[in-house]
Amino acid sequence: MIQVKNLSVDISDFTLRDINLNVEPGEYFIILGPTGAGKTVLLESITGLYPLKSGEIWLGGKEVSRIEPEKRNISIVYQDHVLFPHLSVKENILFGLRVRRQHQEELTNVLNWLSDLLGITHLLERKPDTLSGGERQKVALARALSIRPQVLLLDEPLSALDPETREDVQKELRQLHNQMRITTIHVTHDFEEAIALGDHIAVLGEGKIKQVGTPEEIFSQPNSEFVARFAMVRNIFTGEVIERDDGSTVFSSQGIDLIVVTDLRGNLHASVRPEDILISPEPLLSSARNSFCGTITYIVNRGATLYFTVKVPPDFICLVTRRSFEEMGLAIGHKVYITFKASAVHVF
Amino acid sequence: MTKNWFITNRMMLAFILLGLLIFLFIIVPLVKMIVASDFKILLDTILDSEVREAILLSLYAAFITTVVGVFLGIPLAYLLARVEFPGKKLVEGFIDVPIVIPHTAAGIALLFVFGRNFFVGRTFHLLGIDFVDSTAGIVIAMLFVSIPFLIDSAKEGFKKVDVRLEKVSRTLGASPWQTFFKVSLPLAWRSILAGSIMMWARGISEFGAVIILAYHPMIAPTLIFERFETYGLAYSQPVAVLLILLCLVVFIVLRTLVYWGQKT
Repeated sequence: MIQVKNLSVDISDFTLRDINLNVEPGEYFIILGPTGAGKTVLLESITGLYPLKSGEIWLGGKEVSRIEPEKRNISIVYQDHVLFPHLSVKENILFGLRVRRQHQEELTNVLNWLSDLLGITHLLERKPDTLSGGERQKVALARALSIRPQVLLLDEPLSALDPETREDVQKELRQLHNQMRITTIHVTHDFEEAIALGDHIAVLGEGKIKQVGTPEEIFSQPNSEFVARFAMVRNIFTGEVIERDDGSTVFSSQGIDLIVVTDLRGNLHASVRPEDILISPEPLLSSARNSFCGTITYIVNRGATLYFTVKVPPDFICLVTRRSFEEMGLAIGHKVYITFKASAVHVF
Repeated sequence: MTKNWFITNRMMLAFILLGLLIFLFIIVPLVKMIVASDFKILLDTILDSEVREAILLSLYAAFITTVVGVFLGIPLAYLLARVEFPGKKLVEGFIDVPIVIPHTAAGIALLFVFGRNFFVGRTFHLLGIDFVDSTAGIVIAMLFVSIPFLIDSAKEGFKKVDVRLEKVSRTLGASPWQTFFKVSLPLAWRSILAGSIMMWARGISEFGAVIILAYHPMIAPTLIFERFETYGLAYSQPVAVLLILLCLVVFIVLRTLVYWGQKT
C-alpha cells in the first residue's frame, strides 16, 4: 500500500537517512523508537510536509513524492490531538469535507457514521478545550477518518493519555482497525504498545531503520544492541489468558501458568520486569502467587547489579544486586526458585 | 516569616507610591484639561465646521491607514512568524525603525520618495494620486509611523498558532490559501485586531510626519497646533479636549470588544 524507498530528509537540526518501509494494505504497522529518533519527522515526510532530500514514496502503486500533502489523502493524528481550537467538535470533523466542497448529504452521512463509530455524538457542539484527553483523541481520530484516507498515521496516539484511558483507547484502536482495515502507521516509543497493536514493527533509531519484523521477531531475535535495549531486558511471553476452575486468572504460556490480575481474555502477551522477580535457593513462603523452580543458565555482570537468566523453561531474566549475589553464592548451573506477585505480571 | 513579610510590605508600599506618581502624571494633565474646559466654548467648538472636519479627517485617514496596513502588513507578519531566513533579525529591526526616528525626519524621508521628484511619486501622479497636501499624503505619513505596531502584534499572533494545526489542515485536503484563511487567520485574529487598534490610535496621534507631507487638509493635531500658534492656549484647548474624548471613547470601545472576545 505504502512504500518508502531510500528516503532521506534534512531538517535544520535533524536528518533521516535511507529509510525503507513497506506497509501492506490493511496492515497495522508500528514504528518504534526512542524520543528524538525522528519518528514524527518520518510521519510528516510521508504526508509530504517536508521536502525529501532523496528517495521516493509510493502510495497504492503511484509515486507521490512530489505531490502536495492536500492531494495525498494521508491523515495524521498527533500525540496531543491538535484539534482546531476555534471550531466545534462537529466542524473539526467536517473540516476535511468542507475544504473539499462535499455535498451537505455527504457531510451528514460522514458525521453520523463517525460519531456513532466513536461514540461522540453527545460532544458534537462542544469546543475542543472542554473535552477530556480521551474525548479529544476520539475527535482527532474522527477528523482524520472523515476524508476516508488511504493511510492513517498515528503519532504517539496513546502517550498523552492517563494509563486507564490509554488501555481503553488502545483496545479501541485495535477494534477500529479490525473493522475498517485501514492501512495504519503508528509511531510509539512504548515497546509493549508496539507488540500489542502491531502486525509488523520497524525499530527506528539515530535517524535509521534498525530492524523490521513481526513483534515476535523483534523481541525474540533483536538484531542489534539498540533493538535489544528495547526488548531484551524484559520478560515477554506470548500466551493465553484463561480463567481456572478455582476462580483464579492465569496466563498460560509455554507450559507454565502465571497467576495474573487482569480483565483481559484471549491470546495476549504478558511481561514481568526483571527487578520484580525474587531469587532464592529454597522455595519462599510469601504472599507472592507465582513461584517456579529453574536453573541459572547465564549471568550478565553490570557492576552493582547482575542479570540472571533462569531457565524454567521458559527463560526468565531476573535482576539481582551484587550484594545478594555474593551472599547467596549463586553461579551458573545452580537450581533456584523465582518468585513474583500476580500483580507484577503485566498483561497486554 | 514576619520579618520577610514586613520587608516585602515596605517594598510594596514604596512601589505603590512611585506607581501612583507616574499614574497621576499621565492622568492629571488629561483630566485637568477636560475639567478646565468651559462647556459653552466646547459646544461652540463642536459647531465650528473647521474643527469638525479636522477631527473627521483624522478619524477617516487613520481608518484608511489601518485598512491598508492590515492588507499589506499581515503577509509580512505571517512570513516573519513562520519562515527562518538569513537576515531575518535585520528585517525585524528595520520594521521597528519608524518607532524610534523623529517623525519630522520620517516625513522628510517620505517626501523624498513620494514627492514628484522620485519615480514612485511620479508613477502615483500618473495614476492620479498626489501625496503633497492631500489625504493620500496623510495616510502615507500615518502608515509609516504606525505599521510596526500591526506587524509586531500580528507576528506574535501567528507565532502562537501551532504549526501542526496548519499541517493537519493540509493533510485534510486544504490548500495553503485555504489553510491560511480557515486556520491561521481566525486563530491569530485577536492579535491582529489588537494591533489594528494600536495602529489606528497611533495614526490619529501622528503630527510630525503628517505636517511635512500635508499641512493641508488639516487633521486635528495640525489644527490644534495652528490654533495654539495663532491664538494661544485658550483656543487650542477645546479642540484638544474634543479629540482626546473621541479617541478615548473609540479606544475603550475597541479594547472592550477585544477583551470580550477573549473571554468567550
